[in-house]
Amino acid sequence: MKKILVPVKRVPDYETKIKVKPDGSGIQTDGIKWIVNPFDEIAVEEAVRLKEKLGEVEITVVSIGPSDSTEQIRTGLAMGADKGVLVLSEAEIDSDTAARTLEQVFKKEQFDLVLMGKQAIDSDANQTGQLLAASLGLPQATFASKLNVADDWSTAEVTREVDGGLETLKVSLPAVVTTDLRLNEPRYPSLPGIVKAKKKPLEEISISELGVDLTSKVKILKVAPPADRKAGIIVDSVDQLVDKLKNEAKVL
Amino acid sequence: MLLVLIEQNGSKLGKAGRIAISAALSAKETHGYESVVGVLLGGSGTAEAAKEASKYGLDKIVYLEDPSLANYLAGTYSSILIDAANNLEAKAVMSLSGTTGKDMMPRVAQALDAGQSSDTLEFLPNRQYRRPMYAGNVIADIELTTERQVVTVRSTAFDAAVEQGECPVENLDLKVESDSQQQFVSFDSVDSERPELTEAEAVVSGGRALKSEENFKEYIEPLADKLGAAIGASRAAVDSGYAPNDWQVGQTGKVVAPNLYIAIGISGAIQHLAGMKDSKTIVAINKDAEAPIFEIADYGLVADLFDVLPELTEKL
Repeated sequence: MKKILVPVKRVPDYETKIKVKPDGSGIQTDGIKWIVNPFDEIAVEEAVRLKEKLGEVEITVVSIGPSDSTEQIRTGLAMGADKGVLVLSEAEIDSDTAARTLEQVFKKEQFDLVLMGKQAIDSDANQTGQLLAASLGLPQATFASKLNVADDWSTAEVTREVDGGLETLKVSLPAVVTTDLRLNEPRYPSLPGIVKAKKKPLEEISISELGVDLTSKVKILKVAPPADRKAGIIVDSVDQLVDKLKNEAKVL
Repeated sequence: MLLVLIEQNGSKLGKAGRIAISAALSAKETHGYESVVGVLLGGSGTAEAAKEASKYGLDKIVYLEDPSLANYLAGTYSSILIDAANNLEAKAVMSLSGTTGKDMMPRVAQALDAGQSSDTLEFLPNRQYRRPMYAGNVIADIELTTERQVVTVRSTAFDAAVEQGECPVENLDLKVESDSQQQFVSFDSVDSERPELTEAEAVVSGGRALKSEENFKEYIEPLADKLGAAIGASRAAVDSGYAPNDWQVGQTGKVVAPNLYIAIGISGAIQHLAGMKDSKTIVAINKDAEAPIFEIADYGLVADLFDVLPELTEKL
């Protein structure tokens, strides 16, 4: 049995208008719809496809955060993952503490592959996968748009979306692979999938049990909305538009 | 000392290299580093690019030219950068937040036990950093609590450096140990006459109103050709199969900030605005006068795109 670990993060829906609290201490979370980080959803989908193709695969979905993160784990289970682990933490988790937590989760069970999103769409740091690979001494292949695991699971060939083109790497397994948009289109959980997910095992552990040092290396001092962009003018013809671009904006 | 990774373009320094230098000089001034050392790694031509990089106001350039560095690999490159940072006693290590910097810098941070500021927009006094979160819908001022610091910077937030003075260039005295876990297989460069979406001076983007892949070809491409622009798309257009995913501009796609951004048939969903609202001049063409895209556009034209695009392309 081969084992895949898929970390999923609970994040605000990308269709949600994010508002900053007036005192700049964080964002307003009232009324926000929470989803699985879209890049992590792609990771779950890829793991399920590997299982469908290669069989004999067990997929563990792990989330770190408050108990509400159970919802995101259940989504992963409904998509086809086999079991869930919730690492309970009320404390703010950043890329570094997330990587250190995942390191402990990995070490408890040993996995053949870690598949995770290239970044979370809330903090946008794009660090956790690489930090995890470095701390576990595993090879990494980030920004994957194609993944081929060898039949014997000794290596994987990964095509990466990089500036200026597509790069293909071969990495030894276990490895940490982070997903980019083009890798796949995640399925919607089916109704039977959702029903089954409720019966799949979901283990809860507290972050302190894992012995993770939660000292953060990054302190957010204040947050603010971006500078407002003033609405411009409505032109009434193509001619006027071309004229404005040439003579006012001077971009032509 | 601040160590900055300079990504050259073959034997040339290139624009990305000059932007990395100017960002490093900005950090030197605001964060008070006594010196900035630029480092170049690569296969043939690196020495030449290093010489060129010495003309832009840094204090020293070091480089390592080795056939085994011809193709970037995270393991190999990051271990050289880590060794260089340790040998030169760098307090901070910086790169652009292109795919290379994003890929390797967290490994450097992990090895140096450093915190990392990703995609930095600005260096603030007291060694603070300003960076975007939530796809630029939130701007955060942060502090790294670690002694050593790792920084990636967003290239569109800094101008390219200009020539000024010359500094010494030295060969980096390090042995390259190749990483057996990662092996380079191939690289397919995007075969396109068009500039890279994130580097383009102009971007023409289409939305769901284009209605088909064929219409992207017929209406968007000629306009982009005329402007020498890159082509982008909204998520809605990508999801509808009108445009490939790597054209997607937005929170779940690419973040762009060109001089000119033309949004065609794009309503302006939050997730799209996040990817392009830092563009210098924004033009919106949409037949729905109430579309949110008009709230941020410098020039709006309320019209059916199929009527006005051929005319616009012709008159440019």
